[in-house]
Parts: sequence; structure tokens; C-alpha cells
Amino acid sequence: MNLKNFKLNLSNKNKDLIPQVITVLLLILVIIYFTINAQSNMGNRGISFGFGFLSQESSFDITFSLIDYDGSHSYARAFLVGLLNTILVSAIGIFFATILGVTIGIGRLSQNYLIAKSAEWYVEIFRNIPLILQIFFWYFAALRALPLTVDSINFYDISFLNVKGWYVPRFIWTNFSVFLYSIILAIILIIFLSKYAKKQRDEFGKQLPTLYISLGLLIILPLTTFLAGGVSLSFEIPELEQLSQTVYVYKGGVSIIPELISLALALSMYTATFIAENVRAGILGVNKGQKEAAASIGLTKGQILKLVVMPQALRIIIPPTTNQYLNLTKNSSLAAAIAYPDIVLVFAGTALMQTGRAIEIISITMLTYLSLSLSISVFMNWYNKKMAIKEK
Amino acid sequence: MINILIKPTKENLKNFVTIGGFLVFISFIDVLANTFLNLNFTGFLPSKLSFFAPLIIGTIGLYLIRIEYSGNKLLDKINTNFNSNNFNAILSLIVIFALIKYIPPVLNWFFFDANFAGNTKEDCTGSGACWVFVKVWFNRFVYGMYPDTEQWRINSAFIMLFGLVGASFFVPTKLKKYLLIFLIFVYPVIGLKLISGGEFGLKYVETGAWGGLSLTFIVSAFALILCFPVGMFLALGRRSSLPAIRYTSIGFIELWRGVPLITVLFMSAVMFPMFLPDGTYVDKLIRVLIAITLFEAAYMAEVIRGGLQALPKGQYEAAKSLGMGYWRMHFLIILPQALKLVIPGIANTFLALVKDTPLIFVVGLLELAGMVNLAKTNPKWLGMAMEGYVFAGLVFWVICYAMSRYSQNLEKKLSTERN
Repeated sequence: MNLKNFKLNLSNKNKDLIPQVITVLLLILVIIYFTINAQSNMGNRGISFGFGFLSQESSFDITFSLIDYDGSHSYARAFLVGLLNTILVSAIGIFFATILGVTIGIGRLSQNYLIAKSAEWYVEIFRNIPLILQIFFWYFAALRALPLTVDSINFYDISFLNVKGWYVPRFIWTNFSVFLYSIILAIILIIFLSKYAKKQRDEFGKQLPTLYISLGLLIILPLTTFLAGGVSLSFEIPELEQLSQTVYVYKGGVSIIPELISLALALSMYTATFIAENVRAGILGVNKGQKEAAASIGLTKGQILKLVVMPQALRIIIPPTTNQYLNLTKNSSLAAAIAYPDIVLVFAGTALMQTGRAIEIISITMLTYLSLSLSISVFMNWYNKKMAIKEK
Repeated sequence: MINILIKPTKENLKNFVTIGGFLVFISFIDVLANTFLNLNFTGFLPSKLSFFAPLIIGTIGLYLIRIEYSGNKLLDKINTNFNSNNFNAILSLIVIFALIKYIPPVLNWFFFDANFAGNTKEDCTGSGACWVFVKVWFNRFVYGMYPDTEQWRINSAFIMLFGLVGASFFVPTKLKKYLLIFLIFVYPVIGLKLISGGEFGLKYVETGAWGGLSLTFIVSAFALILCFPVGMFLALGRRSSLPAIRYTSIGFIELWRGVPLITVLFMSAVMFPMFLPDGTYVDKLIRVLIAITLFEAAYMAEVIRGGLQALPKGQYEAAKSLGMGYWRMHFLIILPQALKLVIPGIANTFLALVKDTPLIFVVGLLELAGMVNLAKTNPKWLGMAMEGYVFAGLVFWVICYAMSRYSQNLEKKLSTERN
């Protein structure tokens, strides 16, 4: 039998099967090869695979922590501290990147030549410089040029900026939970209100001033808790204290370390350029005819923006912007370069050096980021489906 | 009288333009005097009001000259581009004043007060930037720790590359194919051997000594050449109808896209050696190249998949109806069109790759940004961080900006009527 006949004899099903079997076999072989090597390597070094080390005492300090932590806590807690720090800097970065990005994206479409050009150059400059260089610049060059503790830059005597960081007042709440519940209650009321307003609009054609009522609710309800609910708020203002002849420190208040400032600055300024481009593309993506049609049926400029342009632009803007949020979160791992104690520095850096458990620690770190990314992309897909044009 | 003052009209064009122009002029003079002569004309006002005085005067002035269809071309141009309403007028003034205020100090630091002559930090006596630092370290910034006497090897490797790329624009189309194959398959080997040495009488230079800008180029060029085919196969795999191949590709792509590059590099540095047989040593640079390639290939795969999805189904059907098999269909019909569609995406991936190269510092390889970091901690050159980062930033900016411009041009040139 020659080869040609053999080929012809292959049924379609077998043709599909062979490459798949080869792929799976190769995959299994690679995994087995790596496992055997890893086992023998770890055997040589006298360590065994396992996650028991997580409950051991970490015995290292972390410079900045949102929760109670010191060297006597476990590695698992150190991981949590790192994770919270990552989430903190990402949240700050996302907040400012969104504001800056939307402003600049709209600015790029401004009729004002100067504004449009400035926005364009902002994007061109900050998009084309590596993020890590921007972080280095802010941390090692710009923030190091700030004055010493004694000659801090003073913001109305309540907050101080110097080379050691930014000192802001600490909020001291009494009965904070009551305040929180009032906000939650306000949000629930607003949801019901908007549902009711929609019903009114659809059935009777009445327009309720939903925005003003919601804003009022959101302000008045928490305010009443101050008057009636026993909630009070006081500030602990940082104060300069002289330790010795030349050493001064700020006591009290919250200190925002320069690592956090420079990281948040660089992340938000860098990501803002991409968000700005998304916003611009989104607004440009709305057909001109849509605006003209809306204007021709007598909608005002504000109504056109709110009812016609924005819903369509958002459909274009949001998916890539969520992607940018995800990128920002992943980029926050560059914190390791300036020693901001995020999950990479604390866990994949210090903890790894101490325990030598490369496989476990790197896998946990990567899995953490992976689950973060996957959950965001699941959310994005859900949102995309919800927002997709439903054709009748 | 009051009515005329409040609503500028075409009838009183001359008066309004004179008064308004004068007010705008005054506001500019005020800011200029404040910046360059340190004079404050409005010092008699309260400090806050004095600060905003030019803005207020300028806004009033701009309001007075805002006359639609004035018949004056220049005035109409100013009004439509800078002064279409009060809000725009204020924004324009703020931008102009900020430029007047902040450009001169930056220029002074950068150029007029900067120091260029000399060889040590002590030669920097001016108040501006100390470019002596960059001058002295320039060799290191470009070549890293590569021995001075051997640097011609890096130079010749790059000259050869530029020569080949340049030649590919001029040679006849028939030869172009062979040149491309040479560039992609043969040249990397020659280039690497030339730089690493160890054979043909060239002194061996270990990869730890490579660095600076040349390393940035080496890493990004290799990763690009390698990640392209890998990404292409991953993209095809993800769209395959065979479940085992599809799910393997999806898993692979999503794994790399879900983690930050820095953890991948950590993995290549500390975890990867554990997976190899005891005693085998893979060079640091090779490990980094593999890590970056796999990472970027996942992104490249998604970009190419976008192109594959954008192609109309008819293209596939037409290819099949001509009796083409899977590979012939993809390589002759589908991929050439799909790749053309995603040139901006590919360029963006490559840009991201170049911008990601500084991260190799986590495994101890120092390209440009890493060398600046090293140089600024040198005891003889403390306090030079600003100069170093500005220089590195400028270099990266020029590279990335040129690349993004080139890709935009390419996109325009290659765009066919389908869009």
C-alpha cells in the first residue's frame, strides 16, 4: 500500500483527531518533564512542595500597611498586606486616570485650538515614555526635590508635603457604622426613585428631576446622622515635632509615603493617555447624523449629550477602558522598582528570599493577578452583552 | 451707552476691537513683566485678586472682541479657534499664561543655564542641568558594561541591520523575499555571535556585561521577531475548530495576558531554573528573551485574532472553493489580508514591547533606564537623577514617537478600500 492510498483512507474524523492527540500528549509530556525536574531539584535542596509555610512567622517588617502587621504575623498576612497595597494604589490610580483621561479626551475634541493641541501633546508625550521611567522620574528626581521636613510645603496648616511624604489629617469617626448605613440607605432609595421615575416617564410622560432629588438624598440623609444619629467627625492634624537638634518629624495624621505618591502619579498620568484616546474614539464614533437627528426633534444640547451621544459613546468607550483599568492594576506591580510594598515586592520579593519557595510563591502571585484579570474580563463580557445593541 | 458696552456688535467693531485688544494686550504685558522682569503692576490689589487680575482683564478683553462675522479674517479666525465663548476664552488665556510662565524656566534648566563642558560633577556650576553627567556616562548608557575595545562589534552588528533593512527598500521585489528570509532567520544568529563572541577569534563577552540602549534594541528586536510567528500560530489555534487545540491556545493566551510582565520575569529568574534538570544553566538573557517572547506573543495573538475575525466569511469560502487546504488558505489568502488590517495593533504591541524592556532590571540586566539608575548612585555623581531620567525619557520618547508615526503612515499606505 502506498502512502497516497493511506492518506485517502483517513476519514475526516481521524484527520481532526491526530493533531489534537499530539497537542495533548506534548502538553502532558512537558508537564511531566517539568514536574520530575522540579521534584529532584527540590529534593536536592531539601525542601518539599507545600503551602505550610504560609502560616509561619514572617519576621520581616513592611513599611506601609493598611491593616495591623508586624514581623510576628504570618506569611499569609504579609500576602494580604501586599494585596491590599496593590488594590489601594490601583484604586487611586484608576480614580485619577479616569478623571484626567476623560478631561483630556474631551479636550482633544475641543474647538479651542490651544486646548486641543495641549491635550494632543500631553497624550503624545506621556504615552511614549516607558511607565517605569516615569515612576523613576517622579520618585528619584521630582519628589526628592521637595523640601525637608522642617520647611514642608504647608497647605492651610492642615496638610504638609515634604521629602518624607505627604501628611494629611486623619479622620476620627464616632459611630461610623450609622453614617455608612445612611449612605447605603440613600443609595437604595435612589435606585427605587429612578425606577419610579422611569415608570412615571413611560406611563404618564412626566419628567421627574431625578438628579437633584438623588443628590439631595445623598447629602441630606448622611447629614441628618450628624445631627440626630450621634455621628461625629473630628480631624487629627499632623504636627511638627522636634526629636533632636536637626531631626524633625510629623506626628499624628496620616502619612502618605512618597512611593505611593509617585506610583499613583505615574500610573494615572500614563493610563490617562490611553483612556483619553478611548474617550475621543468613542465620541467620534457616534455618527454625526445621530446628533443632527436629535437636534432636529428639538432636544437641547445637554439632552443630546445625555440621551443620544453618551449612551452610544459609552458602548464604544467602556470595553477598552476596562482593559486599561486592568493594565493599570497589572502595571502597579512596577512598584517593586521603587520599593512600594505591593504584592510583588512583599511576597515575590522578600518572602521568596526568606523561604526560597520559588514555585509556590510565584504561582500564588501569578494566580492572584490572573484571578483579578479574569474576574474583570468576566464582568466586561457581561457588561458588553448588556450594552450591545438589541436589534428588534 | 451701557447697551453698547455690554453687547459687542458689528457696527461698533472698531471701538470694541480697540478696547478689547488693548485689555488683552495689558493682560499679556502684566504676565510677561511678572515672569521676566519680576514686576507686579497689580501689587496694590489684594494678593488673590492680583494673581487673577490678568485673567480677568484678558477675559473681558476677549469678550469685547467676540463679534461674529466681523468681516475681518484674522479676528474671525481668533474668535472661532480661541474665543468661541467665555469658557473657551478663559481656557485659552490660562494655557497661554501657563506657557509664558513655565516654558522659560524649563528652557533655562534644559539649555540656557545648563552645563555642557567639563568632565566631573564639579564642572557643573550653572543653575541648570548638568549634561556633563550624560556626556561622561554616554558610552555606558549606550553599551552598558561592554568592554570599550570591543564596542565596534555592537556597532557593526547594528550597521549591518540598518544596511539590510535599508537595502530591502531598494532591491527588486524578487530579491526582497530572500532578503527578508535572511533578515529573519540568518541575521539574528550572525548578530548574536558577533556581539557575544567566543568564536572566530572574537573575545567572549558574557551577557551580564551587555547593557544600555543597545540591549534595549537587542531585546526588543529579538522578542519581536520571535513573538510574531508564535502569536500567529496561537491566533490560528484559538480560532481552530479542534477543541483540544483551541482550549490549549485559549489557556496559554489568557495565562500570559492575565499576569504582569514583572512576575513573568521573576518566574524566568527564580522559578524556571527549578524546572530544568539539575546542572543545566540557561543564560540569563536567553531566559529573559523567552519570557518576553511568550508574554508578547499572547498579546500579538489577540491582535492577529482581531484581524482574522474582521475578515468577511466570503474570503474563507472562496479559498475553500478553490480547493485550498487549511494552511494554504491561511498563508495565501487569509493572513496577508488579516495582518494588513491589524498593522496599528501590531505596531502598538511592538511599542509596548519597547516600553517594557526596562523591566529586565528585575533579573539584573541593565538597559538604558537601568544604567541611569546605576550611574546616579555612583558616589561621584550623586544628585544627577533628573538629568539621567530626562535623557533616558527623551531617547525612549524619540524612538516610540517615531515608531508610532511610522505605523500611522504605513496604515495609510496599506489601507485598501475595505473599511
